[in-house]
Amino acid sequence: MNILMLGWELPPHNSGGLGVACYYMSKALALKGASIDFVVPYKADHPNAGFMTIHSATSLNPLHRNGMGAYDNPAIADALHRKPGEGLNNIRDVQAEYVSYVESMVKDKSPDAIHAHDWLTIEAGMRAKELTGAPLIVHVHATEFDRSGQGYGNPLVHEIEQQGLLMADRIFAVSNITKGLIVSRYNIPADKIEVLHNAFDPIELTNYTYDLRTYKYLEHLRSEGFTVVSTVTRFTVQKGLIHFLKAAARASERYDKLVFLMAGDGEQRDELVRLSADLGIADKVFFTGFVRGRQWRDAYSVSDVFVMSSVSEPFGLTALEAAHHDNALIISKQSGVGEVLDSIFRFDFWDIDRLADQMVAVAASGALKHELKANVKREYARLSWDDVAARCLAIYQHVRVGVAS
Amino acid sequence: MNKRGIVLYLHVHQPWRVREYSVFDTSHTHDYFSAADETDRNNKRVLEKVADKSYRPMNALLMKLLGTHPDFKLSLSITGTFIEQCEAWAPDVLEDFKRLVATGRVEIVAETYYHSLAFFYSREEFERQVELHRQKIQEVFGVTPTALRNTELAYNDELANWADSKGYKAILAEGWDPILGDRSPNHVYRPSNTESLRLLLKNYRLSDDIAFRFGNRDWQDWPLSAETYAHWLDSSNEQGPLINLFMDYETFGEHQWADTGIFDFFESLVSKWLERQNSTFYTVTEASVSFEPGDEISMPDTVTWADTERDLTAWLGNGMQHEAMRYLYHMEDDVMRSGDIGLISDWRRLQTSDHAYYMCTKWFRDGDVHAYFSPYDSPYDAFLYYMNAIRDMRYRLMAYHNIGGGHHG
Repeated sequence: MNILMLGWELPPHNSGGLGVACYYMSKALALKGASIDFVVPYKADHPNAGFMTIHSATSLNPLHRNGMGAYDNPAIADALHRKPGEGLNNIRDVQAEYVSYVESMVKDKSPDAIHAHDWLTIEAGMRAKELTGAPLIVHVHATEFDRSGQGYGNPLVHEIEQQGLLMADRIFAVSNITKGLIVSRYNIPADKIEVLHNAFDPIELTNYTYDLRTYKYLEHLRSEGFTVVSTVTRFTVQKGLIHFLKAAARASERYDKLVFLMAGDGEQRDELVRLSADLGIADKVFFTGFVRGRQWRDAYSVSDVFVMSSVSEPFGLTALEAAHHDNALIISKQSGVGEVLDSIFRFDFWDIDRLADQMVAVAASGALKHELKANVKREYARLSWDDVAARCLAIYQHVRVGVAS
Repeated sequence: MNKRGIVLYLHVHQPWRVREYSVFDTSHTHDYFSAADETDRNNKRVLEKVADKSYRPMNALLMKLLGTHPDFKLSLSITGTFIEQCEAWAPDVLEDFKRLVATGRVEIVAETYYHSLAFFYSREEFERQVELHRQKIQEVFGVTPTALRNTELAYNDELANWADSKGYKAILAEGWDPILGDRSPNHVYRPSNTESLRLLLKNYRLSDDIAFRFGNRDWQDWPLSAETYAHWLDSSNEQGPLINLFMDYETFGEHQWADTGIFDFFESLVSKWLERQNSTFYTVTEASVSFEPGDEISMPDTVTWADTERDLTAWLGNGMQHEAMRYLYHMEDDVMRSGDIGLISDWRRLQTSDHAYYMCTKWFRDGDVHAYFSPYDSPYDAFLYYMNAIRDMRYRLMAYHNIGGGHHG
C-alpha cells in the first residue's frame, strides 16, 4: 500500500512531539510493508529514516522553518500583507510552496491513501485528494484551540482546520480529549473520528548514560534531600505554566525541600521569570533556556517528579519520556496522555492547591514516589507503535473501500 | 445425631472514609471524615444509600423469615464504626438489628471495634479494640459474643491461640484449599495448640456463588434459582454436615442489587432448605459446640478471605500501605498518652482496614481495576489524603506533648 504522508517535521529536525510521532508511526507502517512517501517543508538529512522516501517541498533549512511561527500564533497581518513574488517570508508562503510540491508529486503517482498531519499540511492533503480521488485521513495532533491555550487563536487557522476536517474521509485524534474538541468545536460527527493514542518507543532512549555534571547544582540539592519537580516544554500559554509556578509557590509554603526545574523556552519566558520572583520562589526555580540533546535528556534524569500542567494538551509525549527517565508523573486532566496511564496524579489545570498537594505528597513520601515510578513504567510499556500501525492500515483499507463504492 | 445445617454469617461494616483532606487543611482543621460533597467519600451519603438498598430491606426480610421459620438462624458481626454511623444517621436501622438479636436466634460475633489490622501491629491495641467492641455490643444489644472473627477474616495460629486463651468458643476463617488439602470445610475443626476453641471454615465456593457470581450474566449458571442452589448444598453435604456461608451483609441489595432477584432467591432458599428432611440452620457458636471436631488445623501464615491469593496483599502489598500503617501505629504511645478522646477516636478510625485497601495497586497489573471498590480516583489519591491526615495527627500530638512532631522515628 502506498501512503502519501504529509508532515511538517521529522527528527532530528523536530521542535516537538509531532515529528517524533510521525517518525515512529511511519517506521511501524513500513515494517508492516507500507510504502511511504513523506513530505517535509525543508531540506535536510534524515539519518535512520531509510525505511521511507523523504521529499523536501522547499529548499529552506529546518531552522528557518522552525523560526516562522508554526507553533506560536502566526499573525494574520503577516499573511495579509504579503506581496506577490516576495519569497518565502512567512508560514503561509511555505505552505503554498508545500501545496504546489505535492500537486506535482501526485501527478506522477497516485497514492492509496493520503495521511495529513495537522493544519500545516491539511491544504496539501485536500488538494491531493482533489487531484487523485484517494481517501484523505486527517491526523489531528493539536488544534488551534489547543495551541492558543483556551483562547480562540488564529481564525485563519481555524478555517483551514474546519475545511480539512469536513473534507477528510476519516479523522485520527490522538486522544479522547482531542476527539471531544473536534466534535464540540468543529461540529464534526463523532463517528467519523478514531482515537489513535500515540505510542512510545524507549529503545531510542536507551543508549544513554546520564551525565551527573550537567545539572550539578541540582544533583547537589538532591543529595541534600531536595526533590526536583520539573517540566520540559515550550513556554507558551497552552502549557499552563503560570499555574505550575503558582502551585510551586503554594507547595513551598508547606514543604521546603522542593526545587523546580523549568526546561525550555518560549514567548512566556520573561513573564515566568518575573512571576517566580513575585511569588518569592525565584531561588527555587531554575530556567534552563532551550534544551536539546544531552541537556534535554539530563533534565529528565535530574528530575524526580515531572509535571504536565497543560491547559489543553492533545497527547503529551514528553510525559512518557519523563516516566522512562524514572519520574513520577503529575498530569493535568486536560492532557491526553493521562488516558493511557493509571499510575499518575491528575489535577485540573486550574487547580493550584490540588497540584501543590500532589507535589508535596510525592516529595514527602519515599514509598509513594517509588510506587508511582515503578508502576507507570509497566503502563507505558503496554503502548506499541506496532499496534498503532496495524490500526492505521486497517482504516486505510476500510476508507479505500468506502471511497470506491 | 445432629441435623445437617447452614451456618449463615453476615458481616456488617462501614468505614469512616477520609475526605479530600489537603496539605493546606493540615494543622488548621481536623475534620478528616466529614466530606459533605456528592461523592462516595461522604460517609453520611453512603450510609443512607446502603441503608435504603440493603440494610432496611434485608433486615425486614430476615425479620420475616425469623417469624415464619422457627429453625432459621444466623450470625452477624457488626463493627463499631458502623454502629456509630447508624446512631448518627440511621437509628431505625440499628433498631431493626436490635429486634433481630432480640429473637435469640441471631448471634453477634466479636471483632475489633474499628475493623482494624491492629492484630498485626499492636497486640495491646488489638485487645483494647476487641474489648471496646464487646462493650459496645453489650450496651446496644445486651449480649456478649462467644465467637471471634478478625478483620477480613485474617487468621493465623497465633490469633487462634489468643482467642482460646480469652475463652472464645469459636473462631472463623477462610476454607482455603492449600490448607484443607483433601479435607472439607463442612466440618468443625480444632486449631493447633488450643484447648477448647473450635474453627469454622468458610465454604468459599458456595458462599461466592451468592456473594460474587449471583448477578453476573456471563456466569454459566446465571440465572441461579434457589432450587438449583439447594441441590448444590445437598451435594456438598455429602462431605460434611455444615455449610458455612460467610459473606458481607451488603451482598444483599448493595453488591447484588435488588433487581438481580437476590432477596427473592434468599427467601426461597431458606424455605426450600427447611422443607428438606433433617435440615436446619445453626449460629456459629451453636454449630461449633454441636459437632465433634474433625481434625486439627494449623495456619502458621496469615490467611484472609480476599482475592485469589487469600493473603493480606490487598491491604499490605505495596510500599504506600506499609508506610501509612507504620506511621499510624508509630503514634500509638503518644496518642494514648494524650487522653484526648477525640484524638484517640480519630487515630482509631484511621486504623480501619478499608483505608489501606483503597491504596492497593496490585490490580493495575492485570487491568482489573473494577474488581476493587474505592471512593478515590486512584490509590495514590487515597494515600495522599490519608498521609495529610497522618501529618495533622502528628501536629495535634505535638501540641499535646510539645514534642518535635514533624518527623517519624
